[in-house]
Amino acid sequence: MRELPLAAWAFVCGVIAAAAVIVVLAAHDSEARPHWPALLVLALLFLACESAPALLNNQRAVVSLSFSVGLASVVLVGPAGAALVGTVAVFSLHRSVSPRLVDRLLKRAYNGAQYTVCGYAAGQVYQLFGVRPGMPDARSFPHTIGPFIAAAVTYVTLNLALIGCTLVLSKQAAIGDLRVRPVAQLALSCLGFGMVGLLIAGLWRVPYTAVLAVLPLFIARWAFAQTRAQQQAYEATIATLCQAVETKDFYTRGHSERVSRGSVMIAQEIGMRPERVEAIRYAGMLHDVGKLGVPTKVLQKAGQLAPEEYAAIQLHPMRGLEIVREIGFLDEALAGIMHHHERMDGRGYPMGLAGDEIPEFARIIAVADAFDCMTSDRAYRGRRPIEEAVAELRKSSGTHFDPDVVQAFLRALDRDSWTTPAPAPLPDSDVVETTEQDHDDPTAPLKIAGDGAR
Amino acid sequence: MAVQQQGATGRRRAAWQTLDSGQLLLISSVALLVVVAVTQVTAVGLDHASAAVVFGALIAIGELARMEMPGGREVAPIASAAGLGYALLVGVGDDGVTYSALQVVTVAAVGMLIGSLPHIAVGRSPHIDAMARRLASVSLVAFCFRPVAASGLHDVWGAMLAIMAVLAMLSCAVDVTIAAVIRSETVRIRLGIALLDEARAKMRLCAATGATGMLIAVSTSTMGLAALVVFTAPILVAQVAFRKYATVHATYLQTVRALSRVAEVGGYVETGHARRVAQLSIGMGRELGQAEPELLELEYAALMHDIGQLSLRDPIPGGATVLASPAEQRRIAELGADVIKQTGVLDRVAEIVRRQCDPYRVGVGKNTAPPLASRIIKVANAYDDLVGDSTDRDRAAAVLERLRLDSTSEYDPAVVEALGRVVDRATPVDF
Repeated sequence: MRELPLAAWAFVCGVIAAAAVIVVLAAHDSEARPHWPALLVLALLFLACESAPALLNNQRAVVSLSFSVGLASVVLVGPAGAALVGTVAVFSLHRSVSPRLVDRLLKRAYNGAQYTVCGYAAGQVYQLFGVRPGMPDARSFPHTIGPFIAAAVTYVTLNLALIGCTLVLSKQAAIGDLRVRPVAQLALSCLGFGMVGLLIAGLWRVPYTAVLAVLPLFIARWAFAQTRAQQQAYEATIATLCQAVETKDFYTRGHSERVSRGSVMIAQEIGMRPERVEAIRYAGMLHDVGKLGVPTKVLQKAGQLAPEEYAAIQLHPMRGLEIVREIGFLDEALAGIMHHHERMDGRGYPMGLAGDEIPEFARIIAVADAFDCMTSDRAYRGRRPIEEAVAELRKSSGTHFDPDVVQAFLRALDRDSWTTPAPAPLPDSDVVETTEQDHDDPTAPLKIAGDGAR
Repeated sequence: MAVQQQGATGRRRAAWQTLDSGQLLLISSVALLVVVAVTQVTAVGLDHASAAVVFGALIAIGELARMEMPGGREVAPIASAAGLGYALLVGVGDDGVTYSALQVVTVAAVGMLIGSLPHIAVGRSPHIDAMARRLASVSLVAFCFRPVAASGLHDVWGAMLAIMAVLAMLSCAVDVTIAAVIRSETVRIRLGIALLDEARAKMRLCAATGATGMLIAVSTSTMGLAALVVFTAPILVAQVAFRKYATVHATYLQTVRALSRVAEVGGYVETGHARRVAQLSIGMGRELGQAEPELLELEYAALMHDIGQLSLRDPIPGGATVLASPAEQRRIAELGADVIKQTGVLDRVAEIVRRQCDPYRVGVGKNTAPPLASRIIKVANAYDDLVGDSTDRDRAAAVLERLRLDSTSEYDPAVVEALGRVVDRATPVDF
């Protein structure tokens, strides 16, 4: 871990000091003395949940069930009790990865302090509504729901705010990185799990039943894990099958994957919704699958193409569409695959669409496709430097490419780096097949017999 | 899965004729029970009407949100949990309830019917057998538990919870058993295997449903109907998780199916070859007692068995690997297996593809016999290469005969016999 900036030190120490004050107050406050046996059980439950976190891996965010136990203690043992329950996070069995002892201790102390502060604040909010902490019964239960939600919101907001502050102050994240959508999603799932606290509190009278509330959640966790595993397997399989298609040509290896990455960069730069970004990732991956429908000798032919051979090449987006049509994709991804060789001036194929008629996905894939082609080695030429490819994109924007997409791509290029493929070693021409011209290459258009203009 | 519809496509039949006898028996007995229950409840009137309405509404919502798990299994976790909760209810707040089991049946049936209406309205025909199965498992719990609820054991929570847990497990067992019996009939697999498949596919969801059913019963009994809203949250999360899982699973299969066509579009194999081989292989795998995880691997392997041909410079004439030389066949298999192995997640599928052309009997000192899945694909591939999409019975019979003659060395005789049975069933018979 890097050295913490002074501001972060001050912040962390401040939170720990506040927690210490709360704990001392709670231990000496004779009026609100919590119920010790319940407190003990809750503390153990909290420790168990905190030690086995990752109930819901929402890609980046990790939510543990300890939220719900913390909130249950707000209802059952009041603010002082909730603060004490939160303190046990210091003893979490969850190992920190920091190499230095000081860092590990600091992290633990901060974690415990944060839960203490959150528990105390949520408890105070809960009491503001005039509800006395304790086991709710049939008559009082409906009246605890509203205050509980307020307490949960406090707990979650405070927790996320504290985490956000440390991230920003310790320079692990910039304020600009914190986007509204993911944070809101995280807050919502935290709130959802916090609501389980009400279940635990409500069932406190009947022993063992808290298990019943937690069991479906653990099963859901299993299902989420399975979904993730399946999703990864799915992506690996698609990538591999695309590679199998690429083995046709030595030089285009990794092309699909890079086009997919480039398309995603553009899509994110434009600010597409995550589902659409996901769809364009697959569309980019699969955009050239239809090339298989083009006879190898046409793809690899040197020199001029006969008109019917050119027609065969022009058909490859349709062939690709034919293959992937049955996959439960967004229609947009299909349109992207089908039209990725259209040009803004209407001289592309297969349908000769122009301007805004071309689906957005196709305009994006076209740019990524051409860029990757220009910056990788081909049998008939070496790779171009990135600057030259950028200049070519600029030159053709408006005629071949959508200017907005090109601009977005150039912005994304400035921010993230583009990894060009490893230099292709000279292929052993007996084994490997190579292409003498590439249909993706905007700088070297296909040579077609009887069409001198192209 | 895809194969089961084949038999029905030959002739048009009335809707009820597509049901097997087991399904008919289940549906008619449940229907009879519902008629009796509704009659009785209309005569006596609803006891604790507000609870009946709230639970009925929850069941309807659950039925509206029903989903399909891998293998075409329809489930409605929220509806099942709510039904179970209603059957296990001992009180609302501090007020004891003593309604009859028939009232539980009525409320569940009406809720399910209302929840199905939107599905019917948008043209999705309901799986009546799945609905009957869910109703049957709830009814069973109701008939077992209502007398206990009436006996006034309320305050002994320990004993109550134990009884509830046993009944929740019983309802899962009944659900799994009925589903397995019906499945073994419709897709023709042995009952034992169907039971294991069904239990494997449903165990976790059943546990979640059972736990939530108990949770709902206990919380409503101690805290009143307001608790019902809050305490369905865990099963909601589980439902979302399982729905996502089912979606990804389905997309995966669709994608492999779609991409298996690249070899066809490339002109390497005949159109529809991979899919026909996959269908035949699944049918044979079922005949030979393969369980569902094995069948899934078999299907993937069958769909991708020709992927190695993509690495060939020029397509084999007609794409029929059975006509290629053994060395060439082996090379295609090896290349295909290498491609599949690169995914890093389909190692067993790769192994099946690698061994797909090994002869059944191997000489002394050679490797062990190929895995069953490879033997199945070998036979299915040979059959489809020779028959193609022709529906000529004589041609099919001739090809089968040829495979039988080769079955002492090349093909596994048991597998060839399984193919015979599958082909017999699949070919439409006209009288």
